[in-house]
Amino acid sequence: MNPSETDALALSLAVASRSVLWSLPPAVLVAWLLVRGRFPGRTALDAFVHLPLVLPPVAVGYLLLLLFGTRGPVGGWLLRTFDLRLIFTRNGAALATAVMSFPLLVRALRISLENVDRGLEEAARTLGAGTVDRFVTVTLPLMLPGIIAGTITAFAAGLGEFGAVITFAANIPGETRTLPLALYTALQSPGGDREAARLAALSIGLGVGGLLLAEWFARRVRAMLGR
Amino acid sequence: MLRADVRLRRGTFVLDAAFEMPAPGVVALFGRSGCGKTTLVNVLAGLLAPDAGVIELDGHLLLDTARRLTVPAERRRIGYVFQDARLFPHLRVAANLHYARTRARGPAYIDFDAVVQLLGLAPLLPRRCHELSGGERQRVAIGRALLCQPQLLLLDEPLAALDVARREEVLPYLEALRDRLTVPMVYVSHNFDEVLRLATHLVVMADGGVVAQGDLAAMSLRPELRAITGPDAVGAIVAGEIRAVDAVSGLASMAVGSGELRVYADGHVAGARLRVQVLARDVIVATQEPHGLSVRNCLPGIITGLVEDSAEADLVTIDIGGATLMARITSAATRELTLAVGMPVWALVKAVSLRGRLVRHS
Repeated sequence: MNPSETDALALSLAVASRSVLWSLPPAVLVAWLLVRGRFPGRTALDAFVHLPLVLPPVAVGYLLLLLFGTRGPVGGWLLRTFDLRLIFTRNGAALATAVMSFPLLVRALRISLENVDRGLEEAARTLGAGTVDRFVTVTLPLMLPGIIAGTITAFAAGLGEFGAVITFAANIPGETRTLPLALYTALQSPGGDREAARLAALSIGLGVGGLLLAEWFARRVRAMLGR
Repeated sequence: MLRADVRLRRGTFVLDAAFEMPAPGVVALFGRSGCGKTTLVNVLAGLLAPDAGVIELDGHLLLDTARRLTVPAERRRIGYVFQDARLFPHLRVAANLHYARTRARGPAYIDFDAVVQLLGLAPLLPRRCHELSGGERQRVAIGRALLCQPQLLLLDEPLAALDVARREEVLPYLEALRDRLTVPMVYVSHNFDEVLRLATHLVVMADGGVVAQGDLAAMSLRPELRAITGPDAVGAIVAGEIRAVDAVSGLASMAVGSGELRVYADGHVAGARLRVQVLARDVIVATQEPHGLSVRNCLPGIITGLVEDSAEADLVTIDIGGATLMARITSAATRELTLAVGMPVWALVKAVSLRGRLVRHS
């Protein structure tokens, strides 16, 4: 592999892990609201969370530009208050990736939360555990198979996010040129066929490896829980 | 002391139950499946909010809907043993116990080692919960509930999911709990044998309400209980102390009221306080003192009650001096012997019919 390819790989890993790290806490909250919450607008929230699944990624990138661009309402505020610029940066690529993989994560967490036996939470309650204590010591550990599977799936999907990243964060070598962007660039340049093939193989290997890893982890945790 | 008076409506089901229990002791909530026992226990624990009511434990109000007062379940200091144990599957046995220990509120009266010893948990501590048998699970669940240092222990049919052999494995531990600890217990069951072995008091429930309550001996004579146990399980429960055991015959004489009942000792020794249910169908009534019979117990007494039990049978209650027996006899016999309240009679009970019906009680 040449330096630009290793750069792309390292960048992809960095962006994907950052995106999962950021989206996990809000995804847990949203999954909890969707499963346990009883409030008006729950259906609307459900639909909103799933939007990135049905919108063209480029459209998501465009909406992010509007919101998080230096003149956007959120982006402008971040720039003024924290001197933080997301657009055309690695963090911006991570944000776009996080938004795109958010529904995958929420889906996995939701299913695992639905499978948590509420009787065990009641038992914890009678043993003196308050709301937060119960959630941290009983609910979250019982959700672990879903958390692991969801995290790894979102991570693997994040490695390959293209449309939203290129629209929001552009294609800057060493900053936002992740694996799929490098692959696209190689295809566009004359004589880049071999590089494109290598990058494609790398992407496929990472994706398949991620899925196998997720399955293996989930199986181990289930065995630990005796299911 | 526990005092509860709660009302709750869920669809067509209405719970409207009031009862009191003296502490310490074991109150059995007894009734058919679906009569609201578990609902009532969930209300006591604070897992279900009733529409209206008052719950008071040891002088502290846990619930008073009129004053909008509700102590949340996690602060009630009420231990709960569920029918399905509900051990945390992600924690080993020891960690399940520590979970309760570290969250205990109020003064501690039993420590970790004492619980492990009382329930025989030492070999189970390093195990994972799904490796345990049903009986072991319940023992761990009981230990876990005790380690939160509860002021009241609720047990919701803890043996219902177990087969007979496993039940016998857990019952002695429950008896030990009753005899060695002072924590009052509410024991939900629809199995009268368990009630007989464990309970000191009985609350009979039907259709979401309490239909009778009192100490076990008094309750055994009540028609509300007969309606649930069915005719074959009807019989007075009498308590007494073993005076002496005859080593040759294996028979023990048990002081019951002012009389004496001869029973098989079955390993019990002099001084043991026991309880025995004398089934009504096993008692014979004689109007003259009989002679030349094999029957070991022939107790003089006075008829205090005579009610129709069914179309062909009557239930006769006989005071044998501070204790009461109950006999089921045919209506034909009642007429022929012209039995009536106030009449002196002899109650005849075969010692063999009492075999295996003796239970220890504190």
